[in-house]
Amino acid sequence: MWEFIFKDSKDISGCGVSGIINVKGSLIPGDLIIKSITCQEERGNGLGAGFAGYGIYPDFKEFYALHVMAEDKHYLENFERFLFQKVKAIYHEPIPTKKVKTIKNPPIFKRYFVKLELEEQVSPEEEENKLIEMVMYINANLNGVYILSSGKNMGVFKGVGFPEEIAEFFKIDKYQAYIWTAHNRFPTNTPGWWGGAHPFSLLDWSIVHNGEISSYGTNKRYLELFGYKCTLLTDTEVVTYLLDLLIRRHKLPIKLACTALAPPFWIEIERLNEEEKNLIEALRVVYGGALLNGPFAIILAYNGGIVGLTDRVKLRPLVVAKYEDYYYLASEEAAIRTICPNPELIWYPKAGEPVIIEMPMGTIPNQKSYI
Amino acid sequence: MSIILNVGDWSYTKVNQYIREKISEGETEFELHGVNGHRYLFAGIKQKIKAKIWGVPGLDLGCFMSGPEIHVYGNVQDACGNTMEKGKIVVYGMGGDVIGYSMRGGKIFIKGDVGYRVGIHMKAYQDKHPVIVIGGKTGDFLGEYMAGGTIIVLGLFSQHPEKPITGKFLGTGMHGGVIYIRGELDPFFLGKNLKISPITDEDLTYLKTILTEYCADMDENLESIINYRFSKITPLSHRPYGNLYAY
Repeated sequence: MWEFIFKDSKDISGCGVSGIINVKGSLIPGDLIIKSITCQEERGNGLGAGFAGYGIYPDFKEFYALHVMAEDKHYLENFERFLFQKVKAIYHEPIPTKKVKTIKNPPIFKRYFVKLELEEQVSPEEEENKLIEMVMYINANLNGVYILSSGKNMGVFKGVGFPEEIAEFFKIDKYQAYIWTAHNRFPTNTPGWWGGAHPFSLLDWSIVHNGEISSYGTNKRYLELFGYKCTLLTDTEVVTYLLDLLIRRHKLPIKLACTALAPPFWIEIERLNEEEKNLIEALRVVYGGALLNGPFAIILAYNGGIVGLTDRVKLRPLVVAKYEDYYYLASEEAAIRTICPNPELIWYPKAGEPVIIEMPMGTIPNQKSYI
Repeated sequence: MSIILNVGDWSYTKVNQYIREKISEGETEFELHGVNGHRYLFAGIKQKIKAKIWGVPGLDLGCFMSGPEIHVYGNVQDACGNTMEKGKIVVYGMGGDVIGYSMRGGKIFIKGDVGYRVGIHMKAYQDKHPVIVIGGKTGDFLGEYMAGGTIIVLGLFSQHPEKPITGKFLGTGMHGGVIYIRGELDPFFLGKNLKISPITDEDLTYLKTILTEYCADMDENLESIINYRFSKITPLSHRPYGNLYAY
């Protein structure tokens, strides 16, 4: 059924994205993100939709939550035999789903709350690297099974359908999160398959993307040098791994990492002062392989923040709004106003300049800050 | 009597169908409330109707229309006035990207800021002469590939007082029409093969005519707007890339 993914293909898409954060860490009902993304129904064509929620597993907040998609029971059993040798699963269960008339033959979804079984004590960062290694190995080598998300206290729910169908299928209205992102897909160059839907996630990073990463091949090869394997064959996957590499592993502040992905033009660099000029030139030289070409508007989320970024010539739209402790990001202003009719502030961010919204430190468990 | 509608729960298809039906019955005035993301409103309408919209209309407001006058008490999304031919759209808020895309006639007045590529591919022919007036500031690529018509940027009613009046690559590929900027423009922001010149008396007369109408719609004072230095941007040649691929 999933043989097509081994063939060469790339993705061009024009989609809709939405994101909400409450910077005080209050929980936002799933209904809101559903309402926002379905307001942008016209931006998708029913071939993919998905949601990422942060803060949805408070009872298991110290464990990595693996959201797993399997083609059938046989593949799932095979996967479990492998998994249980590698990790200690404190709890696992099928991800609750609902029968939706329009969704035919969905895969099997299960979630596992796990700790790595390591022989020696390692740093948290090293532990995350080991987890990534395992996720990469499973996604690349085990047949018929994919880990769709692997962060703590967060999870990705995605599949083939319109946003309201996928929301109904995964019962998104039953979850509450302090950060939500959502996607409505319009794939034009790859088949709309369950693994190719957004968000793309690794550890607690998740990305939803509207656009096309034309530099996919270059980025993919660059990432392979660092052990990342692109297995889901949709361009957006590389953005997730690039951000993990630049921010978590190479410790670039998030703004600088975004600058590496969408750097200023050389004519703009010329006008900077000497110090900034050296910095940006160095960034362009060192991270040339991370430069994203092509149109994009992305929303990135992690345990602690949400970031909006567009390509440097703004070939895809993004609107941002603020109301009290909430920040909203979306492809269309209407998608924000449908859940927040009178924001205090609403603006169109400048091309290539990230909008970074972080919670103050100490707001949520296992919080990360990359400012 | 106006047709007054609250379209909050309606799909854009239903709204547009209803409006068309009423127009064919001879109705000429509409008030739409609760508009949020409804696409293609008044698309292709040829009658000289009047409409007031409260909320944020969706993409392609008034696309292909040649007649209506639409007042929007809110912001407009991308591609408002796409390939519009006649009529007028007045926006009392801000505008998104590609406003007036391929516009070939009529007027779009925006009070606040606008996004990227506003007025892209605008063109004029004989008595058709599209005009866009932006009260705030603009993103990059204003008037990209512009072939005709007029864009006026005032930079006055912006939520970004610290920013330059326009973005980069202004008028890239422009080979017809005029862009007027209130104040000076740093040539860094200018696309290639364009020139900046001071306005002539003829330009001033034209600006006065347009801005009088703009100020009447926006309830602003004409004198304080017009008594200022304006810069005029025009292409150096009507075929700037004539030899790009043929030499």
